[in-house]
Amino acid sequence: MSLRTSQPLKAAALVATLALSPAALAQDEGVERDYQIPLPQAPEGEVTFTPPHERDLPDNQYGDMVRKGRDLFVDTQALRGEYVFNDQNCANCHLDAGRLANSAPMWASFGVYPAYRGKNDKVNTLAERIQGCFTYSMNGTPPPTGSEPLVAMQTYLHWMSTGAPINESLPGRGYPKLEEAEQAPDRARGAEVYAAQCAVCHGDEGQGQRVGERQVFPPLWGDGAYNWGAGMHRVNTAANFIKANMPLGKPYSLTDQQAWDVAAFINGHERPQDPRRRTLETLEETDATFHNHHGYYGDEIDGRRLGDHADFGENPRPLDG
Amino acid sequence: MTIIRIASGVGLVLGLASVQASAQALEGDAERGQQAAGVCVACHQADGMGMDNPNGESWPRLAGLPAAYIAKQLHDIKAGRRESATMMPFANMLDDQQIADVSAYYAEMAPWPALPTAYQPADPEDAAEWLANRGDWAEDAMIPACNQCHGPNGQGVGAVFPPLAGQHAGYLQAQLEAWRDGARHNDPNRLMAGIAERLDEAQITMIADYYATLPATLAVPDAPSSEEDAP
Repeated sequence: MSLRTSQPLKAAALVATLALSPAALAQDEGVERDYQIPLPQAPEGEVTFTPPHERDLPDNQYGDMVRKGRDLFVDTQALRGEYVFNDQNCANCHLDAGRLANSAPMWASFGVYPAYRGKNDKVNTLAERIQGCFTYSMNGTPPPTGSEPLVAMQTYLHWMSTGAPINESLPGRGYPKLEEAEQAPDRARGAEVYAAQCAVCHGDEGQGQRVGERQVFPPLWGDGAYNWGAGMHRVNTAANFIKANMPLGKPYSLTDQQAWDVAAFINGHERPQDPRRRTLETLEETDATFHNHHGYYGDEIDGRRLGDHADFGENPRPLDG
Repeated sequence: MTIIRIASGVGLVLGLASVQASAQALEGDAERGQQAAGVCVACHQADGMGMDNPNGESWPRLAGLPAAYIAKQLHDIKAGRRESATMMPFANMLDDQQIADVSAYYAEMAPWPALPTAYQPADPEDAAEWLANRGDWAEDAMIPACNQCHGPNGQGVGAVFPPLAGQHAGYLQAQLEAWRDGARHNDPNRLMAGIAERLDEAQITMIADYYATLPATLAVPDAPSSEEDAP
């Protein structure tokens, strides 16, 4: 109860902060406030850090916990129904099991936490950051602090960061930021890019493809996809990821314009509700509070207003839960 | 003049595409396919299992391949989109309906080996298993894991990403080399060609052998327990 009353207050404070900070707005080239990623951009330059190889993992409890974390990172579906309620795995958006530079590698994240995040307006520990992925990208429930899944993932990240500097933004961190495209991102052009480049794996309806119990290609929209609160639903984040990492095996093959357009197309589709919608009375309020960035939440597309529903996918917690 | 030429060119391309699409959508009949497959048996064998020929051209296993995949390959060979001096004369003997029929015949002949789909961590000491499950993401390689497209244990995904496990090593090696050298180029968006260009010879040999022997390798751990179970 107290949670439900305090969160809208916090949200209201965020709105106030946003309204009173024209400097913050201007900071990001006047286009949008980089609301969900307040950390500084990764510096340009050559990627110099190389994570250790798994063959060098020790045969002791630490090594076993690293392996456990690696397994959960690659096969996050092992937590399906408990902490995960969509068809995603961490390694979908963090290629090479979280090791690949410019694919939001874990070795570059580990050392920058704890960090302030505008997304929840507080200093987040690494554990809280990972919990956020479960809430949004996995449309799930965060594993409790100190629980084995979370400890395993933290240990995997810790091992991967062996030798990396602390509190320093390393080249290769996050996804390389694309310049604004010459033309505004266009969903119709994006649909053509999608049909030509993406549908062969992700399906005509963005549904992905399964073989037996394994989701080989992840769904990009619909109930199996990341929800409306995940960073990837933002057009710029998706464009950045796509440019540097997609199609698989063909990094940097799309033009910037194609990456922007196809990101707009993908993220102009319906997906599970933003979990923070539960803390607010209306879609409008949720949109105004948490969606002051480049995304289509609350926008009318093809005659339907995106996010105007109480569909949380498989996540069992109801709208008033 | 130029505009007219481009326009008619586009019409031609679209026309061909629709003919091709309708040809591939023809429903195949496995019984008729058996008749038409008379010419295939010499190489692909009566059981459709093909043959590994270490000192010559290996003939791929067709039994259990997705019908749509077989049909696309035959159409591509006929149209010159897939170059195969060996296959060309035989593919040319088949009309669109016969292609649909032989494809159905081989697809239904025997199931492709069904292998476990549950997640299994790759052994970091096993280079081939690592390449198959984890890839080679060194900056100059950027090779996704084979199974990321070809599915768990390389058993194929849909009609586009064919099964690898249980295919002959000689055939897999020859195809990877053909992708790499540009002799084979009928993949969607150069997805395979681009990766093959970055595989080195040792990786090609290693991975071809890995997939050819994978069904047998995976079957081995069960062997002792089943012997113990025997009376």
